[in-house]
Amino acid sequence: MSLLLVPLVKIAIILFGVMTAAAYFVLLERRVAAWVQDRRGPNRVGIPGTNIRLFGLGQPLADGLKMILKEEYTPAHVDRGLYLLAPLVMMSAALAVFAVIPCGSTLPPIPALGLQEPIAMLVAPSFDVGMIYVFALSSIAVYGVILGGWASNSKYSFLGGLRSSAQLIAYELPLGLGLLGVVLATGSLRLDAIVAEQANTGVWFALSQPLGMLIFMISAFAEAARLPFDLPECEQELVGGYHTEYAGMKLVVFLTAEFIHMITASFLISILFLGGWHFWGLTGNAETPITWTLAAIRVGVLFAKVFAVIFFFMMVRWSWPRFRYDQLLALAWKVLLPLGLLNLVVLAILIEVQHPQVAGGWLDERFGAGRAVVSWLPGWLLLVLAFMLVAWLRPIMTDNRPRTDVDLLDSPLQE
Amino acid sequence: MKADDPRIHWIAEPKLGLAGSMYLPLVVGGLVTTAKHLLSPKVTVSYPDQEPEIANRSIYRGVHRLNRDGQGRVKCVACFLCATACPAHCIDIVGAESPWPDREKYPESFTIDELRCIYCGMCEEACPVDAIELTSLYNLTGRSREEMVFDKEKLLSVYDATHKQEPMRSAAHKGAP
Repeated sequence: MSLLLVPLVKIAIILFGVMTAAAYFVLLERRVAAWVQDRRGPNRVGIPGTNIRLFGLGQPLADGLKMILKEEYTPAHVDRGLYLLAPLVMMSAALAVFAVIPCGSTLPPIPALGLQEPIAMLVAPSFDVGMIYVFALSSIAVYGVILGGWASNSKYSFLGGLRSSAQLIAYELPLGLGLLGVVLATGSLRLDAIVAEQANTGVWFALSQPLGMLIFMISAFAEAARLPFDLPECEQELVGGYHTEYAGMKLVVFLTAEFIHMITASFLISILFLGGWHFWGLTGNAETPITWTLAAIRVGVLFAKVFAVIFFFMMVRWSWPRFRYDQLLALAWKVLLPLGLLNLVVLAILIEVQHPQVAGGWLDERFGAGRAVVSWLPGWLLLVLAFMLVAWLRPIMTDNRPRTDVDLLDSPLQE
Repeated sequence: MKADDPRIHWIAEPKLGLAGSMYLPLVVGGLVTTAKHLLSPKVTVSYPDQEPEIANRSIYRGVHRLNRDGQGRVKCVACFLCATACPAHCIDIVGAESPWPDREKYPESFTIDELRCIYCGMCEEACPVDAIELTSLYNLTGRSREEMVFDKEKLLSVYDATHKQEPMRSAAHKGAP
């Protein structure tokens, strides 16, 4: 009974939580956008029928109601089956990712309900391929975008779909390479195991693998199609990109799925690199016996980190201009991919050297308590080195306007 | 125009230093700018709760008013200059023989269609006796089109309502008719 019931309750909580969070993050996004532009943002809608405004917290409800009441228009020129399928694919892929994302550590057992074991705060607790599952689903989400762009039978949508397919495929690779360092250091693909490793050593992977984090973060921005990588739907060029032809609830499903991608990316960054629910001296490590207070603190810490990362996402949106398309792909293939490989190789060597069985524990003997610092240092040196390398190997000519210093008419290419 | 046209002025890309080619100054600079604006005071006026500040009421172009002279009579002499100047043709005047000895004509009726008006202020400039003026009332609303056609009485009542905080611009030479 509880075997079925517990996951169902978890799924219900996650679905409700994620959808509500997405709605409220839309409000936060609008408020942050307004604040950055010296405006106030939507702060009027509070409790309906009263004058209580609550800083605009009623706005998501009003937005949702508005979108539900919009006409559900399907243009005549679309491929109807794929047109309807696209938002569903994208939404279900975006939501299904949360099956392996832990929203905290564990809850203590509740004997009154017949639950004798600690309850893991994720839907699929012993799913060993966790990160591969996340990657598989994020690739399926690309299909939603491409299908939407193709089925709309419109040039803007088509261009948006094409752009996103090239972009998302290009950035999956550095995303995976940034992650591989973490997997290598942990020895597991399970997200809860990755958090447990960081909690037990007390060294977040952001501290020991800064280059990996940078690569993962940039790729996560691109995967979520956020500015400065929002080429698939840049309003100035493509109207709405792949969802130009969508209206009403189908559009809402697309937009919500995109927001959920951002939330997923924030969860992944927090869990993989920022220690998940761990905070020094506050949450204990993975062996600490769990109590209700501790569980609440851990959830609080994790959500605070996720919130901070999402806020950073929103700030970045207004900080940097959008990439040109060739620059976008050049960044993925010519910069992030080689740096990701470099990161992986260096980390593999480092981890091998630090392994007590291989190096005979000489690191422990020589440095003792200072070992933590010694294990960070190469990561940061690598980050600096990578930056210098990029600066040094930067093409001298980034200008793609026609050359005036070369006389094309006299060149042998003309013959 | 071709790429080698002599009229095209080509500008060389500025050279980036080491820090520049590491993207650091621009990346950090962008974030710093956003963060500064995030915390800076907001410029939005929360309108119904907070009235906007009108910097100079005497040059603001809001609802019209018809000024009264020293004896409380309408100042207008029904010369039709404002109606002629009006680019939107929203002023309608019916002139009549003046009952007062100091002028020949006065407006029997004077209506302005506030919905047609584009608030350009040409009537105010055209008026030789400073009878018509634009006030700083900006929040003009009505429930019907008819209500928005202001007649003489209404325009005079606008004067009565606003002349305290916005004295007549010709107040300096009050002696003139």
